[in-house]
Amino acid sequence: MSRPTGEVILDLKNVSLSFGGVKALTDISFDIREHEIRAIIGPNGAGKSSMLNVINGVYRPQQGEIVLRGQHFTRMSPYKAAVAGISRTFQNIALFKGMSVIDNLMTGRNLKIASNLFQQALWWGPARREELAHRAKVEEIIDFLEIQHIRKTPVGRLPYGLQKRVDLGRALAMEPSILLLDEPMAGMNVEEKQDMCRFILDVNDQLGTTIVLIEHDMGVVMDISDRVVVLDYGRKIGDGVPDAVRANPEVISAYLGAGH
Amino acid sequence: MQDLASARALDTFPRLLFHHAEVRAAVTAMREKDLGIWQCWTWHDVAEQVRALASGLAELGFQRGENLALVGNNRPRMYMMMTAVQCLGGVPVPLYQDAVANEMLFVLIDAEVRFIFVEDQEQVDKILEIQESLPQLAHLLYDDPRGMRHYTLPFIHDIRELMEMGRIHNRNHPDLLPLAVAAGGADDVSVMLYTSGTTGKPKGVRLTHRAFISAAHGAVSFDHLTAEEDVLSYLPMAWVGDHLFSFAQALVTGFTINCPESAETVMTDLREIGPTYYFAPPRVFENLLTQVMIRMEDASAIKQKMFHFFMAVARRCGAAVLDRQAVATVDRLLYALGKILVYGPLKNVLGMSRIRVAYTAGAAIGPDLFRFYRSIGINLKQLYGQTETCAYVCLQPDGEIKFDSVGRPAPGVEVKIADNGEVLVRGPMLLKEYYKRPEATAEAINDEGYFMTGDAGLLDEDGHLKIIDRAKDVGKLANGAMYAPNYIENKLKFFPYIKEAVAFGDCREMVCAFINIDIGAVGNWAERRGIAYSGYTDLAAKPEVYGLIQESIEQVNGELVAEGALADSQIHRFLILHKELDPDDDELTRTRKVRRNFVAEKYAVLIDALYSGRSSQFIETAVKFEDGRQGKVAADLAIRDLKTFGVAGRAL
Repeated sequence: MSRPTGEVILDLKNVSLSFGGVKALTDISFDIREHEIRAIIGPNGAGKSSMLNVINGVYRPQQGEIVLRGQHFTRMSPYKAAVAGISRTFQNIALFKGMSVIDNLMTGRNLKIASNLFQQALWWGPARREELAHRAKVEEIIDFLEIQHIRKTPVGRLPYGLQKRVDLGRALAMEPSILLLDEPMAGMNVEEKQDMCRFILDVNDQLGTTIVLIEHDMGVVMDISDRVVVLDYGRKIGDGVPDAVRANPEVISAYLGAGH
Repeated sequence: MQDLASARALDTFPRLLFHHAEVRAAVTAMREKDLGIWQCWTWHDVAEQVRALASGLAELGFQRGENLALVGNNRPRMYMMMTAVQCLGGVPVPLYQDAVANEMLFVLIDAEVRFIFVEDQEQVDKILEIQESLPQLAHLLYDDPRGMRHYTLPFIHDIRELMEMGRIHNRNHPDLLPLAVAAGGADDVSVMLYTSGTTGKPKGVRLTHRAFISAAHGAVSFDHLTAEEDVLSYLPMAWVGDHLFSFAQALVTGFTINCPESAETVMTDLREIGPTYYFAPPRVFENLLTQVMIRMEDASAIKQKMFHFFMAVARRCGAAVLDRQAVATVDRLLYALGKILVYGPLKNVLGMSRIRVAYTAGAAIGPDLFRFYRSIGINLKQLYGQTETCAYVCLQPDGEIKFDSVGRPAPGVEVKIADNGEVLVRGPMLLKEYYKRPEATAEAINDEGYFMTGDAGLLDEDGHLKIIDRAKDVGKLANGAMYAPNYIENKLKFFPYIKEAVAFGDCREMVCAFINIDIGAVGNWAERRGIAYSGYTDLAAKPEVYGLIQESIEQVNGELVAEGALADSQIHRFLILHKELDPDDDELTRTRKVRRNFVAEKYAVLIDALYSGRSSQFIETAVKFEDGRQGKVAADLAIRDLKTFGVAGRAL
């Protein structure tokens, strides 16, 4: 698969993270290029989710730095990450269950809303125009993800696969330049996985979004990602295009155990 | 452009369109829900777009008389493209959008299409899959640009490019389109619809402007439709019903068509639009009713009580109120109250508050289902027709609804029953021909110009047509009376306790039947009466169950007598089979239709017993179980005689 990928936009340098005595990540460096689909794989407890949490500032690494478009961050925060155009989805869906799909997606527009609470409460003049514009954007996402039929359904009533899609939609509502997906296909059946793959590829292709993806389904990872980084026990043991990673003996032993 | 409409009569669809664009330019012609909002096109907009589309096609070299295939959901631009093609004297050929590529292939080759207009990437991919088998394909046009960025093949065009090209073309050759429209005549073919082809290969049915316009005019005057109607266009565009309701009638009267956002949102869109004129196959009405019933079961006790009370009122007098017949004052008051408390809100939830006329067709509709909708005040009616007749043969007139007839011959249509019982129709709405099949055309239309429908039917004393069976299934009893097995079986199957029925009687002196009970319904019935049983075979043999079924069949006999012509088809003897008829044992087709001849052969001994007057018969049958094992089921089947009714003026 040859998608045109560009410059490095996110560079992680020598990142180490520990919780007390537990070393979650040890001296990890890799980069993410503009417009690519970058997968992070590894066995359970390898530090994949921690890695994503470092990127969007939920965890602060004890060592190392993050370079985002030439800007150096030693202390990233979720807010800074969001302003810088990084959005994410969660392994265990974190939507507002009682709110409709539209309202959930509108929360994704939060950062882009300029008018203040008072103006919005009155829903007058600029605030009203602004909300209409945001709603139009949300409708584009609904169209993009083909969820028109559940537009007004409370999220809690939706099946799991659709909730995942809404979660993706909310991340997209931020119009991110980098999208972090934490196991977007976990617990899905084959058909739902196919749909999700198609949406991820469409996001990457049509919106030009760079995607960082954690996924356990090797078939999916090898099919859709441009480059793969492999973690095991908090260390990086492989990095490269899918075919190279698949042939890497260290990766094979991490996945299949010693003796193979 | 101004002289497009005038000068000649409004006898083709393009002329009708340009006429509306003049007289009601600013009125909404089409709506489509997109990005959560109902986007509107006025008649002026539609005419503009059609002009651009047609000129673009002309620029690409589209020829008069040529076919253009359309594949997609109901989208405004799909309907506009049909008119655009007609402007140039071409023939639109809509295809079923959910067909797989290989199913489309036959039609695309048969129709020799050079131009295909599809909705989106999904359909483009399908066409590309079979592209090698379509050497004549020259241009593939698509409507939705999503995902199409990397398709660089030179013969694939975005419809916007085509329209841009068309606008330029139109500026350079302003006369071309008016001349092309003026050159069209009412007897030109306006559309080609392929019949589904359950028997053999699909046939392209060529219908003229005159046929569809007269069918549309007839139906419009029959139901007093106006330009104010709103319809929801959601049925496949390749189906004759959609073409009549959403295309022909809309252009004839100038009413508004509404395209849903997607197939999944139809129910929501229906509620938002609140159509005044509605068309759906029985299946849709059935699903709606099931949903209502399921939701009522979850409702609070008070609401349930209220619902059931007022539904009983509606059953008693609702249909009569709708037909403006005399109703007792108490009932009338109760019905008015029910309208406020139950029927009104219910219709609102169903999206049917504004419906003035609703039609159903395509399959037999159960009388209970039909009565339900009519009783809550929805003017649901049946119509009868086929692709070859623009779906316009019979319509049920307001106030004269009979549950088992399809109504009177529609204005301008002649209906005649042939000697063998086949329904023959004649009128302006008949097909011109089957495409490239003169022998099929000659077979379908007889010397007097009647189209042979292949359906067997009767005209009753009020001139209503009753469809009984497929003509090829209809036989004769030994005394020469008509015998229609499917008709009898369908009547039996309307009883919830009867799952399958197989009637015998062709060339015999009387009709007898095999019955399969519905294990769920009869099992439930038996439990409530404390009748113990061990399985299907045991339950089927219970004398109480025989009694239950006997009552049902005797009721059918009563109905058959009342229908006169079929009085001789009363069922004289029956038995309940010891096993369920099963596709695994080849007794049913995979679509669960009884394979009559196979069953007759397999159970010949039972048939002999039925006709030889014995009161029981032993039988042993091999069966295949679901896991592939073979086994045997044996039983001593009871055979019962049934009460039959004498026909007036004739001894039994």
